[in-house]
Amino acid sequence: MTGTATKVWALHLGVLAALLAAQFVLPAYHAGNLARIMVLAVYAMGFNIAFGYTGLLSLGHALFFGAGLYGMGMLVALAGWGAGAALVAGIAAGGAMALAVGLLALRTAGVSFMIVTLMFAQAGYLTILYYTPYTRGEEGIVIDRAARVLLGFDLSQDIIRYFAAFALFAAALLVKLALVRSPFGRVMVAMRENEERSRMLGYDPFRIKLAALVVSGIYAGAAGAAYGLLFGYVGASFASIQYSILPLLYVLLGGAGTVLGPFLGAVLMFYLIDLASGITTAHLLVVGVALLVLVLFAPKGILGALRDRGLKWLP
Amino acid sequence: MAAVALLEARALTRHFGGLRAVDGVDFDLAQGEIHALIGPNGAGKTTFVSLLCGRVPVQSGSIRFAGQDITKMPAHQRVRAGIAYTFQITAIYARLTVLDNIALAVQSRGAGNLAAESMAALDRVGLASRADMLAGELSYGHQRLLEVAMGLALRPRLLILDEPTQGLANSEIDAFKDLVRGVVPEMTVLLIEHNMDVVMDLAQRITVLNFGQVLATGTPDEIRANPAVQTAYLGG
Repeated sequence: MTGTATKVWALHLGVLAALLAAQFVLPAYHAGNLARIMVLAVYAMGFNIAFGYTGLLSLGHALFFGAGLYGMGMLVALAGWGAGAALVAGIAAGGAMALAVGLLALRTAGVSFMIVTLMFAQAGYLTILYYTPYTRGEEGIVIDRAARVLLGFDLSQDIIRYFAAFALFAAALLVKLALVRSPFGRVMVAMRENEERSRMLGYDPFRIKLAALVVSGIYAGAAGAAYGLLFGYVGASFASIQYSILPLLYVLLGGAGTVLGPFLGAVLMFYLIDLASGITTAHLLVVGVALLVLVLFAPKGILGALRDRGLKWLP
Repeated sequence: MAAVALLEARALTRHFGGLRAVDGVDFDLAQGEIHALIGPNGAGKTTFVSLLCGRVPVQSGSIRFAGQDITKMPAHQRVRAGIAYTFQITAIYARLTVLDNIALAVQSRGAGNLAAESMAALDRVGLASRADMLAGELSYGHQRLLEVAMGLALRPRLLILDEPTQGLANSEIDAFKDLVRGVVPEMTVLLIEHNMDVVMDLAQRITVLNFGQVLATGTPDEIRANPAVQTAYLGG
């Protein structure tokens, strides 16, 4: 077992080291992309905790991302909060929103759960538009450069933005790795695999799933709040259905129920869209074809397929 | 039986529409006994134990377990209180390793050293050498064994086994009987079983259910000699 632990840590710390070094190697354009991808990957990691590990397929995670984004953005723009306090508030908003939604939505399962979470997220999106005088609706809130200073670092500068995104990503990755390798992580997977059996081993499915969803919401809230701070914009489109589907695509592509899958999926999908939109305006068609290929040849995603073909230790 | 009652069910009832699956059953389990529950197909055996372990809600009647009224307690809390149920249809986590399967049971009861106690629990049923296999890749007999091992690993006060020997070879059945004999009197065992040799061999007491009601309760000899049971079940 210790051999496995060594491999696991070597792989994940290696990925983090490579990302740290990438800032010094990559051209500015790609480094900027990577900063964005790392924040989105945190969001997808949160989604994966609910979907990949616990088996909760939510179609409403944009609500939690949006809660983090607007929780942070409105406190900065309307109440004049500092970046640090607003970031913490945004993270808390993501978790609190997941708790509230979970208390209601987790009374359902499967397709009903998908629909209920979708409805909640749509309600959240429409709420943002309804309160346009405060949220600035479709137009969104631009966060002043002056307000984007965290612990003395100016987050609007490329290099600092990259390292801030990296720090968030690294923390999220390591926490997730520890979580899924912990006894609680095993119980989350048990819920995914066989809820009735888990109940008859003494686990309360509702509480386990609620806890997993709240952790997932905290990740989404952290990603949302960080996204607004790092890129200076808080808009309603980030709370739309598209942003509920995005992490699902990342996770499916990279591998549901794998720690690195969401990041891998985010990188590939981001560049797939980036390259495709340089060639054709129908770039969503390319995404669709990619997903078809995925479903046909690697339904468990890239890392899921690798895990089946020899890398059994992959967490 | 002057022994202390571990579990007492009174007037336990569960109807499904017009079907009286369990109909006013009084039932006692003595601490440390092996008690078999038999009866023809559809007699209500699985529904009855599902009421005891909480998988099916009680319609009327009451259940006391270790002095506590558990009639309305949810299933997962009953497991924590000491009632373990092993499924009739094997319900292991097929895509997890054998070790993860057993660890889920061990950590549920709160173990000091999870890894060591999990391996010890596997060792007890002879599955330790297969710890890293996926549970779904085990032979059917080993899957049944793992299922029972998970129940044992919870260290319950009452272990409910729902047709544990179904589909096992004779040699496996012998090993299973030894295993069950080894857990009493620390645990109490309630066994639903169709294999009469296993029942007569293991059980100290037998309860016969028919049409959701108790037809008879007694020692194996008493049950063999009971004319009503013979007509209903043993075929004269």
